[in-house]
Amino acid sequence: MAVKTQEGAQLLTGGEAVAYAMAQIDPDVFPVYPITPQTPIIQTFAKLAANGKATTEIVNVESEHSAMSAAIGSAMAGARTMTATSSQGLALMAEVVYIAAGMRAPIVMAVGNRALSAPLNIHCDHSDSMMIRDSGVIQIFAESVQEAYDHAVMAARISEHPDVMLPVLVCQDGFTLTHSEEPLVLTPDEDVKDFVGEYKVPLPLLDTEQVTTKGIFALQDYYTELRYQMNAAMEAAETVIADVFAEYSQLVDRPFSMLEEYELEGAEKVIFLMGSTAGTIKDVVDDLRTEGEKVGLLRLVSYRPFPAEAIRRALEPVKEVIVLDRSDAPGSVPSLHAEMAAALYGSSTKLRAHVFGLGGRELVPAEGRAIFAGEAPTHIGLRS
Amino acid sequence: MKEVRWHARAGQGAKTVSQLLAEAGLLAGSSVQAFPEYGPERRGAPMRAYTRISDKAIRRHDPVAAPDIVIVLEPTLVNEMNVAEGLSDDGVVLVDTNELPESLKGVNARAIPALKIAHDHGLKFSNVVMLGAAAAAGGIPLVNIQDAAVKKLGKRLDADSLRAAIAEGYACLA
Repeated sequence: MAVKTQEGAQLLTGGEAVAYAMAQIDPDVFPVYPITPQTPIIQTFAKLAANGKATTEIVNVESEHSAMSAAIGSAMAGARTMTATSSQGLALMAEVVYIAAGMRAPIVMAVGNRALSAPLNIHCDHSDSMMIRDSGVIQIFAESVQEAYDHAVMAARISEHPDVMLPVLVCQDGFTLTHSEEPLVLTPDEDVKDFVGEYKVPLPLLDTEQVTTKGIFALQDYYTELRYQMNAAMEAAETVIADVFAEYSQLVDRPFSMLEEYELEGAEKVIFLMGSTAGTIKDVVDDLRTEGEKVGLLRLVSYRPFPAEAIRRALEPVKEVIVLDRSDAPGSVPSLHAEMAAALYGSSTKLRAHVFGLGGRELVPAEGRAIFAGEAPTHIGLRS
Repeated sequence: MKEVRWHARAGQGAKTVSQLLAEAGLLAGSSVQAFPEYGPERRGAPMRAYTRISDKAIRRHDPVAAPDIVIVLEPTLVNEMNVAEGLSDDGVVLVDTNELPESLKGVNARAIPALKIAHDHGLKFSNVVMLGAAAAAGGIPLVNIQDAAVKKLGKRLDADSLRAAIAEGYACLA
């Protein structure tokens, strides 16, 4: 029996899918340094460019620190710029990521999320993204290969919007999505080009008619104001993301949301998480619903901006929310746990939280059931 | 849903055939998923790959723990691990070997002389023969698995040999 949703689908990994989206957009410059599990992204992109699918100048730099530095220079000069990284690469890049956001450089970066060392681990968790959570970059997390592709198509529009002008990170789970083949429907080249449009960022450095200064000093006089503007841009991004998602949804006939509500109708217990594990939890929710359990899932797509109001509204009638962070925070509680607590402040919804999936330990359906039943340890799957 | 687990050593082409089985499933109109499981990547190390094929959209992203079909491309691995771990009640283990090892006594396992079949058709690697057997066990039409293999490998390998080797692997389960 044919599965209706995948008419015209082909098999691609998440890494390849995002590279295809980027090649279809055909950015001007792509400074990049390879790292597992990001490497298939730049590998595929380079192959597509070599075959004439993109005219991008790929700059092979000597580190991720240099990759983001070159990306900022390129974006400031007036070129549409993309890059990609993972884990230690993002860690090395972190200093410059703050600068990209602070300079309001509309760079799109594909991330294959991976654990941070030590111990050395190449597999997925979200620690790398969490490390730059307050840098001022937008971060959008995919559940599937298809969604990673779609997010990559939409990212430039969000990043380059005049009300936003911030880097956008298109995040997907390392290996679980970057190396996993799933059916993917590509949006036709022309539709992608039309959707993304021309790169028209105001006041490029190379505009000699209107000369501007980039990378300015701002001390006691204006630093606060410029940081305030970044906060305002992030707030505006909530509206822009919703609009871009809605417009692309019309184009491809697939739903997109900053916050996916799954079986929330009448739900008493709801799991809240990001990334590919949401798919596994959806299967668990379906099974438990069949058994008469009132459970649901609230999947966070847009981590930054964090849609706190929408989360609070969605959970209004829910008795208990169970937050699953795919990162830990020794000495405190991880990001989603803390931010959910802030979003729910004063609400009657109870909050429970677990850490899961560190270093690629995938959550299995039986653990999903145990979480709903309140029978799971703080760290899911912890060996005794 | 059919769930498949592939056991091999890195470099034996398990990832390729796990993807080809998925490709054939897609050609047959199913929803599919294929993904490898690596340790630190090094040639010769034991690795696993997984394929899921279903009539419904596949959303889960956990490794296959209760396989319906287990394919062992490297027979010496049965001495290093329990390849039948979690095998579903009517599941089957297919091993690339002429004779089943003692350790698989009591398991629903079949020996597929894939290397010999591959050599008979002038092919160096037996993974495509095991792919044929896996497709038969998974109920994938022969033509879909042959088309998927030729599409991906046809530039490097003779298409007719490929089709014949896959058909012979497929026939082992008939």
